[in-house]
Amino acid sequence: MSGEAAVVFIELRNVTKKFGAIKAVENLDLAIHYKDFLAVVGPSGAGKSTLLRIIDCLESPTSGDLLMDGVNYEKIDKLSIRQRIGMVFQNPVVFNTSVYNNIAYSLRFRKVPDHVERKKVGDLLKRLQLINLQNRKAITLSGGEAQRVTLARVLVYDPQLLLLDEPTANLDPYNASIIEEALIEANREYGTTIVIVTHDIFQAKRLANKVAFMLDGKVVEYGDARSFFEKPSNPKTKAFIDGEIVY
Amino acid sequence: MSSFEIIVDGLWRAFEIILSGDPEIMGITMLSLRVSITATLLGAIAGIPLGYIIATKEFIGKSFVTAIINTFMGLPPVAVGLFVYLMLSSFGPLGFLRLLYTPEAMIIAQLILAFPIVCGITISSVMGLNPKLKETLTSLNAPTLWQARVLLNESRLGILTALIAAFGAAISEVGAIMMVGGNLLGYTRALTTAIMLYTSMGDFAIAIALGIILLLIAFAINIFLTVLQTKSRTKSSI
Repeated sequence: MSGEAAVVFIELRNVTKKFGAIKAVENLDLAIHYKDFLAVVGPSGAGKSTLLRIIDCLESPTSGDLLMDGVNYEKIDKLSIRQRIGMVFQNPVVFNTSVYNNIAYSLRFRKVPDHVERKKVGDLLKRLQLINLQNRKAITLSGGEAQRVTLARVLVYDPQLLLLDEPTANLDPYNASIIEEALIEANREYGTTIVIVTHDIFQAKRLANKVAFMLDGKVVEYGDARSFFEKPSNPKTKAFIDGEIVY
Repeated sequence: MSSFEIIVDGLWRAFEIILSGDPEIMGITMLSLRVSITATLLGAIAGIPLGYIIATKEFIGKSFVTAIINTFMGLPPVAVGLFVYLMLSSFGPLGFLRLLYTPEAMIIAQLILAFPIVCGITISSVMGLNPKLKETLTSLNAPTLWQARVLLNESRLGILTALIAAFGAAISEVGAIMMVGGNLLGYTRALTTAIMLYTSMGDFAIAIALGIILLLIAFAINIFLTVLQTKSRTKSSI
């Protein structure tokens, strides 16, 4: 890993998010470094999705600070923050148009020239094995195909940080493997920092170089993937890895 | 003559009148079309953006505003006619415009009827979309106008329904335009007001001819918009 990988990209300091009386995230501290492939694991209701939504400015924290490159989110406008972030949701939402137009959409309002659009979209159609589907209406695709489109639609504008909220949940192995390969390529070839929320411990093991285990809105354990899985320091982490915490 | 004979005779003479291209009938038809199409278009220009804003923004009193618009979708035309009459009459606040008994006054009255229909149906169409769609657009960092473009396109079937309903309400309306237009021959006489007049005069042939024309116009415009609806199901939204 290069020296650049140690540079902190996004930092959460003592972040709490409440929905009424419920604390989805509580006093959370987390640092995401450039080129990290971070898997956030934990049972349902642990606050994993809320964490991603806070980073993408879809939710505002009730208290605490978020920093991007050391600058507080409050001092940067949301559009500039989101310009560097791409998010893929668990349930794919596609527009009622062709696969090609879905992927090109983000480039069109970014005023990218036509020849660049064709090249970038063509490249992603290949990477996500969507070439044969490019003229199909996206709303007629299967869930797995639609999820590949939503990933391509985000990757096309080269976000520096990719947030994925259980992107392969309920997908068949074929679609899941295409998405995983695209994520590995984005991280290793293009240096995209990735945070993936997943229930799947094996997926976290396959993909991530860092893992954070969340429970009841807090990060219980965070560290290098190998030591996380082989020598978890927290008994709750060990219980989760061993399947003793049901999710 | 029995009622049946009157209707048959009226139908026969009605087709003769239509086929002869009677200038008076043509004038009445063209005025009706001009007034109702203009009112529907103006209703769309104001109602679609406002409906979109109400549907997508959160503000205090949103439910109340939506309820008011929905209530106005069923405004009694005579009440609208009375309101516009009072506004435009020589003693009303807009009397100086001298619009009473003009086609423009008829357009204003029909606009008041068409606008809440377009606005109300647009609100329900946009609010009926998957809420994740707007969140996805926000997350993609799409500018506000680009978001509106996608969301309105995704609601296009509902919006076309709104236009059909608004035009239908406008072209078939009689009470309001009678009050503010005055049913003046060659100037503000529309299909519906003319039908009323000729029926009261016992000239059923012309009344039936005008009724057939009214039905044909409503049918043709609805066919046109329905074809657009069907095409829009397969059309790209971006």
